[in-house]
Amino acid sequence: MSDRWIKAAPFLWTFGLFAVWELAVAALKLPVYILPAPSDIAVATYQYWPAIWKNALQTLFTTVLGFAMAVVGGLLLGLAVGWSRAIYAGLYPLMIGFNSVPKVAVVPILVIWFGIGTIPAVLTAFLIAFFPIVVNVATGLATIEPEMEDVLRALGAKKLDIMLKVGIPRSMPYFFGSLKIAITLAFVGSVISENVAANSGLGHMMLAAQSQFNVPLVWAGLVALAVLGIVMYALMALLEMRMTGWAHRSGQNRA
Amino acid sequence: MTGFVDLRGVRLTYGGTADGTLALDGLTMAVNKGEFAAVVGPSGCGKSTLMKLATGLMRPQAGTVEVAGKEVAGPVSIAGMAFQNPSMLPWRTTLDNVMLPLEIVQPHRSRLKREREAYLKKAEDLLALVGLKGFGQKFPWQLSGGMQQRANLCRALVHDPALLMLDEPFGALDAFTREELWQVMRDLHAEKGFTTILVTHDLREAVYLADRIFVMSARPGKVIMERHIDFPRPRPIDLTYEAGFNDIVHELRGYIAEARAAA
Repeated sequence: MSDRWIKAAPFLWTFGLFAVWELAVAALKLPVYILPAPSDIAVATYQYWPAIWKNALQTLFTTVLGFAMAVVGGLLLGLAVGWSRAIYAGLYPLMIGFNSVPKVAVVPILVIWFGIGTIPAVLTAFLIAFFPIVVNVATGLATIEPEMEDVLRALGAKKLDIMLKVGIPRSMPYFFGSLKIAITLAFVGSVISENVAANSGLGHMMLAAQSQFNVPLVWAGLVALAVLGIVMYALMALLEMRMTGWAHRSGQNRA
Repeated sequence: MTGFVDLRGVRLTYGGTADGTLALDGLTMAVNKGEFAAVVGPSGCGKSTLMKLATGLMRPQAGTVEVAGKEVAGPVSIAGMAFQNPSMLPWRTTLDNVMLPLEIVQPHRSRLKREREAYLKKAEDLLALVGLKGFGQKFPWQLSGGMQQRANLCRALVHDPALLMLDEPFGALDAFTREELWQVMRDLHAEKGFTTILVTHDLREAVYLADRIFVMSARPGKVIMERHIDFPRPRPIDLTYEAGFNDIVHELRGYIAEARAAA
């Protein structure tokens, strides 16, 4: 396989999926309220573009804001957890328990506190995206090679020195890796909240479309979410490569 | 007479004094200033524990540990350490890895910013001395295992430690690279004159490099035998294939076989 085919592969496969989908819908004569064909979805997207655009921006806004809060909070808590065994031992079970609670169950509480709208969506995105960042940063700090620690401690290095010189740089690939998971989860969080308690956003739009049996628009919302998700994921992957390229060495000599 | 590194009647137990593993008991050894000492013994005899004691990473439960005439109460910071695993930081260039101790140890730490040029030159000279001239800007993962270990030696020496502690530094290398690095080590020691304690499984390595070899018993470890090695320096590598050399290796092998049998 040449490189060119590999470069083209994502587009070919995506196109192929839509082609199979279109043909299957036509061959099986599926009614549009069961499964609209990609062409129906494209028409709906064109027809409802202003609404889709406005709601997509709202969803993107709540997601990115919640994600940003998760990055700051997750990084700080991850550093704290990785820093001290006592904090780790005390906090870890709490975080596991907290993470086990389905976030959709938290939304009603957030609505009681903050009302319907943007804030519960942001907070749900934050709550769901926060955990993988904490775990990854803490893992990076907790897995410093003991030899490295001995070398530095024998030189009189304090805990802070070891963290700054070794712990934090080495946890960065874990951190940037976790951003890819966290941004995807943040979308889940904000859409869950929009589905339950919002008056804008893609989740809300899809719910409204569903109640009007506008099935192509529901699907157009799904596709919009998928596009947003891919774009943000790609951004995070790019950021990861830029910031911690040393962790993705190919083994080949790159001068 | 007291040595530069002086351990007397040292006992150390891992995991609590009552039911823990007794690693060292009644260990006494003295290494003179500038001397190259090697420590050999059956596996699990507490050789690595010895390193942690002499550098102040651990305190003994009984006995005394003195380095440079002072009782060791915490990390000694006049020591450099190198392990079998080169443990280079992959996000730093080789040169920056070598410079790392200067960012930690006083007085270099506070001088580093002002005298960066001088320190850079020093690190580069050291790299040149071990045959890594021009490799400073490479990342460690672009170097071979032997080259990484050379850089590791540089990192252990960049702050001019009076004491160099080596824990099986050449254990993971192939036979040819190991012989090369023996010679690098020989030359570094001849040039800088630091006191060295080399912990190793390799008897040929010990006999080739050391002025004196301490043979340890099986756990709980103590010194059961001291052997002076009187070959004149600088020692050519061909020495390791001579009869007199092999006799000493054989002799040491006998002691360790006995120590293993006694365990």
